[in-house]
Amino acid sequence: MNKQPGTRGLIFNEPQLWEKSREGRCAVSLPKADVERAEIAPHLMGDAPGLPQLSELDVVRHYTRLSQWNFGVDSGMYPLGSCTMKYNPKTNEVQAARQGFAGAHPLAGKEFSQGALKLMYDLEQALGEITGFPAVTLQPAAGAHGELAGMLMIHAYHAKKGKQRSKIIIPDTAHGTNPASASLCGYESVNIKSGEKGILEPATVAAVMDEDTAGIMITNPNTLGLFEENIREICDIVHAKGGLVYGDGANMNAIMGIVKPGDLGIDVLHLNLHKTFSTPHGGGGPGSGPVSVVKELIPFLPVPRIEKNRDGKDLSSYKFVTDCPDSIGRLHTFYGHFGVMIKAYSYILSMGGKGLREASQLAVLNANYIKESLKGTLNLPYDRPCMHECVFNDKYQQENHITTMDMAKRLLDYGFHPPTIYFPLVVDAAFMVEPTETESKEDIDQFIDAVKAIAKEAKLDPEKLKKAPLLTKVTRLDEVTAARKPCLRG
Amino acid sequence: MKEISDLNFPEDVKYTKDHEWSKSCGDIVTIGLSDYAQDQLGEIVFVELPEVGDSFSQGDEFGSVESVKAVSEVYIPISGEIVGINEDLEDAPELVNEDCYEGGWIIKIKPEDPSQLDDLMDKAAYLNMLKG
Amino acid sequence: MRYLPHTQEDIDAMLAKTGHASIDDLFDSIPEALKTKGPLNLPEALSEWDLNTYMEKLASSNIACKDYKCFIGAGSYDHYIPALVPYLVSRSEFATAYTPYQPEVSQGTLQGIYEFQTMITQLLGMDIATASHYDCGTALAECALIALKKDRKANKIAVSSLVHPSHRQILETYLRPTGYEIVEIGTKEGLTDPTALEAMDGIAGVAVQSPNFLGNIEDLSAFKAIAENKKILFIASFTESLAYGLLKSPGACGADLVAGEGQSLGIAKTFGGPGLGLLAGTKKLMRSLPGRFIGKTKDANGDDGYVLTLATREQHIKREKASSNICSNNGLNAMTAAMYLATVGKIGIREIAQQNHDKAVYLKTSLENAGFESVFDSPFFNEFVLKAPKGFREKRADLIQNKCVFAGMDLEPYYPKLKDHYLFCATETISKKDIDQLAKEVQ
Repeated sequence: MNKQPGTRGLIFNEPQLWEKSREGRCAVSLPKADVERAEIAPHLMGDAPGLPQLSELDVVRHYTRLSQWNFGVDSGMYPLGSCTMKYNPKTNEVQAARQGFAGAHPLAGKEFSQGALKLMYDLEQALGEITGFPAVTLQPAAGAHGELAGMLMIHAYHAKKGKQRSKIIIPDTAHGTNPASASLCGYESVNIKSGEKGILEPATVAAVMDEDTAGIMITNPNTLGLFEENIREICDIVHAKGGLVYGDGANMNAIMGIVKPGDLGIDVLHLNLHKTFSTPHGGGGPGSGPVSVVKELIPFLPVPRIEKNRDGKDLSSYKFVTDCPDSIGRLHTFYGHFGVMIKAYSYILSMGGKGLREASQLAVLNANYIKESLKGTLNLPYDRPCMHECVFNDKYQQENHITTMDMAKRLLDYGFHPPTIYFPLVVDAAFMVEPTETESKEDIDQFIDAVKAIAKEAKLDPEKLKKAPLLTKVTRLDEVTAARKPCLRG
Repeated sequence: MKEISDLNFPEDVKYTKDHEWSKSCGDIVTIGLSDYAQDQLGEIVFVELPEVGDSFSQGDEFGSVESVKAVSEVYIPISGEIVGINEDLEDAPELVNEDCYEGGWIIKIKPEDPSQLDDLMDKAAYLNMLKG
Repeated sequence: MRYLPHTQEDIDAMLAKTGHASIDDLFDSIPEALKTKGPLNLPEALSEWDLNTYMEKLASSNIACKDYKCFIGAGSYDHYIPALVPYLVSRSEFATAYTPYQPEVSQGTLQGIYEFQTMITQLLGMDIATASHYDCGTALAECALIALKKDRKANKIAVSSLVHPSHRQILETYLRPTGYEIVEIGTKEGLTDPTALEAMDGIAGVAVQSPNFLGNIEDLSAFKAIAENKKILFIASFTESLAYGLLKSPGACGADLVAGEGQSLGIAKTFGGPGLGLLAGTKKLMRSLPGRFIGKTKDANGDDGYVLTLATREQHIKREKASSNICSNNGLNAMTAAMYLATVGKIGIREIAQQNHDKAVYLKTSLENAGFESVFDSPFFNEFVLKAPKGFREKRADLIQNKCVFAGMDLEPYYPKLKDHYLFCATETISKKDIDQLAKEVQ
């Protein structure tokens, strides 16, 4: 086996921007002042904001050095469970940067924005096909925003039926966003436990589902990486009492072309374009969280909606529609994160239907391969065939007082981004690995070797793991002081 | 985390199953978190306090304590009106860790019905519960 | 497919390890009846070169592919973007990283966003700023929720009717299921009417945009005074962040909370998104603010470092009690804005802001000379309203169609009383020649 990717290298120190600032420097080429100066009334004027004063090279070097302290998918394997850190294709960036897209003013009018509208319309159609729903909105700005959109639609649906409900069922494997989104709509969360097999039992749902419950929020595959096999039955139970089923599509990468959530009985589902559809996560966003719905929920979709004029002339084939009396209303100042949509659409066009299915197949193959390869090394609380991710924990390492955190930190030294840790909450000290389909067998083997080497170190040299990481720009940080005495600005 | 035998449980306070303690002095009852609770929570970074003048019924949530990655609600052991809050905790939440029965007290209340104190556990009962 | 590295040999070896005869067997846990029959009905995969051709065709059917002149703003502004900004922000260490949950390998994102928070507080004169929000409208909705949740008695929020119409609609969407109400504050000569606010009862907060949707600069201090009297929170919002290169900051006017749009700070218009939601507050409100914060701390060796902090307010810990459900924000656009602010610096931001104002004043005078009618006397930054002469509607359509000039935005759909009124904008990208040309065309 080759050497592990992590090694030493020259890393630069770099102070905060304002420490480099010198009075009189400016890194921008100021536009020519070709009209008369028009003074603004002194009582309206403020002091010039105390921004740093730098030369162009100062700025370039500052951010180049900062970037070198970061780890991205382009640097190495990033098996962060539930986050789908797959390769972000470069052609997507080229497409989004085209002047006709990047320069488009959102209020230019439909006649002059047909290309953008067509792209959005076609992306809606494609996502509808992939998820198995008749309609999609692209407006939500991120996954959590999509969840909010979905919950608002469920709320509006019950309001329209004449009787609002007060509760929503949320399994213990849910993302924390689920209860937070539900509570924004005034719903009280009813938490239920998954069964011994790590999936939901219909009887558990039936026991709490009643006519005061608006519905259930289900992630499928769930955050243990397991397919909710009883999903159809659960949906039937919820529907029988007049409730709706919300699907959290964060884990859609496991099932593209294999299962359509719309066929399972789910009524509303959000996607994360920055997970499944390869758009870069940007160190925290911007993402995009489209929402698919069944026919009954179409009237509640946010406005504006995009429609295609079947009879119109070429120049006005696509238009925005706002006249939807039952709509939950507007969620974004304009139409959502169009720039992210371009990238996701480029990905779908590059992959084709066959390619998307293959991506899901290989994502699941990679995860199962890791699960089988590491299950003697790390404890596997649910030893069942997994989908796109698998969840281990530190049970075997506890005898040496080594925790999931220690192993995660040590992985950094080996040149890998750690998996998601301490989530899902149903597994104590979880170590949640999602390799994605774009990692090759060699890279995965190297990761497996690294984890095995760390497990060995846990026995032989536990102190080393407690101090890890040793090769990074900084060592473990004092998060307690950061929270006790918050310093949020320089 | 420490063994229960290494923790400190004074005799002169009463305990709840949610690990708050109450100590009566005149007609005022002081309330805080037990040594067991602070040890379980780890390093406390923030204490959310109620306002003086607020009233709570026995068992109500009156605030919360936060570590870096967890939040725990705190519940009032007996009904009453808040007459004092420990303002030192705003700048030094670590007092709850370092000195949970003295400098790390959380609120002072004027009880509605001081006899509710009798419902609470003494040291022996509390230790029994912890050892389960 | 070039993104999928597996050879048949790899697949066989991996299946041997997992103990499956075929890839299909990996999906045995899914009941057969639930599986999709047949292929996805999507177009066949395109090569990179065919994708280029197709996307250029789409892009070029947007007018923006041409060198058009943009005399409209209304929440999305045309500004110069220095070459180094997109160049640096596209470094893949920034772009392809996740949220900085592992601070030891995320110091670039963390220091960059910490510097962003710092520069935003300087621009807005506020104590603290979050690591970003989706856009101004959603940030404003969060601010309104903060005010409403803080106030135990009032269940209404007062909002100026000159807040961007889309932002008011977003607020309605967010508040509909909560039982909270919005009351709109009327206007007087293009400005929010403070006497209308004074007369209101039972409100938890007040939101005023400045420069407002009509471009006029509001007297924020006057609204702060009323809010203080009523013991309610004062929320200031804005869509044009460069205005605060010149104007007195919302913080200096006493704002408790600020919701702003940061698109002007080096971010391309991109048909309205992703932009950048700015959210700032006083120190007192720190724990009520939604979303992420970066804080400065030390590592085990005593060196400076940065971490995500105060995470207990957030959804992944507080779940249903979280201050908001936001997780992903607009991080990379926050980084872009930081790069832009570092590039223009103290000198540049002042000069660029001043030029926006200069050009807008020149545009207004030129159009008035060409027969447009001035409507409001209030000072403005780079947007203003004019009443158009007869025949302008047709002239405007012709200008877009044949000259690629967007001459103002019709206000009637937003404010029916403002028939024949147009909102104009001029930024530093508009030259004197462009303005003279426009004035000549509409004469």
